[in-house]
Parts: sequence; C-alpha cells; structure tokens
Amino acid sequence: MSLTIQIPTPLRRFTGERGEVQVEGATVGEALRRLVDQHAALEPHLYTDEGKLRSFVNLFLNDEDVRYLKQENTPVAEGDTLSIIPSIAGGGRR
Amino acid sequence: MSTPAPEGRAAAGVRIAASDLTRIHAHGEQAYPEECCGVLIGRDAKEGEPATVVRVIAAENERVDSRHNRYVISPQSLLRAQRDARAAGLDVVGYYHSHPDHPARPSEFDREHAWPGTSYVIVSVREGKAVDCRSWRLRDDRAAFEEEAIAAAPATI
Repeated sequence: MSLTIQIPTPLRRFTGERGEVQVEGATVGEALRRLVDQHAALEPHLYTDEGKLRSFVNLFLNDEDVRYLKQENTPVAEGDTLSIIPSIAGGGRR
Repeated sequence: MSTPAPEGRAAAGVRIAASDLTRIHAHGEQAYPEECCGVLIGRDAKEGEPATVVRVIAAENERVDSRHNRYVISPQSLLRAQRDARAAGLDVVGYYHSHPDHPARPSEFDREHAWPGTSYVIVSVREGKAVDCRSWRLRDDRAAFEEEAIAAAPATI
C-alpha cells in the first residue's frame, strides 16, 4: 500500500524540506519505519534509542488517532494520509 | 545576516511583540501555582532569519494529575491549531509554558519531549509574578537546548 506521510514543519529539515513523503507499507508502523529508513536523520526525533515511538509523538491516520485504532499495527489503505503531531508536554519540576 | 546555523546547532531566535510577551506573562501569573501553556503561530525561521510570532494561542492545561508541574496540549488541539495556522498561510513555530517557582530553563523532561526547529518559550513565575522569560531551541542531535534571543516584533492584534 502506498500512503502519504505529512512531515511537520520543524522536521522538514530532515527530509530535504519535503512536506510530504510517499512510502509503502501494510501498517502505520511499517510505513513510518520506511520513512526513517529513507531519512535517517528523522529517526531520533520519532523513536527512542530503544526503537520505541517517542511518547509525545502522535500518529493520525486520516484524522484518527491510531492510539484508538490498532496503534502502530493499524492497517493502511491505498491513498491514506498519516500525520505526525507532537503532544506538547513538559514540566519544570519532577 | 543570512549565514546558516552551523551543523548540529540550534539557530535563529524568535521575534515576539511586546504585547504577546505580556500575554504570556499574564497567562503564567494567572495559572500560578499551576503551569500554563500555549502555541506560538507565525512564520518559521529561515536561513539565519529568526522566527516571527504573529499570534499567541493560550491553551488549557489538559492534564488533570500533577497540574502544577506538567502541562499538556492534546494532539487534537494541536492538529486544529496547525490546520488553522496553515489555512492562514502560517505555521506553528513554537510553544510556551510556565515554570512556577523555577528558572526559565528547560528541564530534562522538556528535552525528552521536544523537537528541533521549534521555539520553546519558558516564563518563570515566582510567587505569582512573572520574573523571567527565555526562549530555547533543541539541538539537532537532541543533546541539549540552546537559548535563543527574543527580539521585539511589531504588535499583533
């Protein structure tokens, strides 16, 4: 399946300023892996050193938060669009 | 002035109107002793030029536990803010949040939850009063934040 991944503005510097990247994949996780295979400099901003998706990185498949679907195992259909949205979380003190 | 930032370096600086800074300070004071947060909409930094904030959106702190030291903007709210910005030909260029009774410097938690290419404005609020406001950018290697200059921008509405 071919889907379009929308690259958030601050991360476009790692995709040669491309705002959208087409990738192949059967699931959301597979597609995202393809993306970081193509653009390796993106990887640390999406995944932890252990290879897990960072907790503040949210994935929306055609406007649906994949957390409420099958997370990274969510199957994709031809022509789907995947958006990467940070959740803004922080804090000064522990 | 168009020298690109060195490799791996955070860049740029951010222009914010004095009225918007006042708004950020006021939000921090109003939320005290809890943290406040919001979204900075504007024009992205380009080729050595600082980012320019043209609109500040105060967000509700959507986290119900530990509100005094954590803030969260839901991805749904952010998706909306991003769409509105794009529709106006603008971008989300950064975020702000307050540090109640704590310096205006990013914490380790902040660093773990950030992307490069984004302005993170932090306002320090001590005993209910905004005392310091600084902006930070994450290095491309995620190793550290670097402080960036806050410059005056023309007043927004």
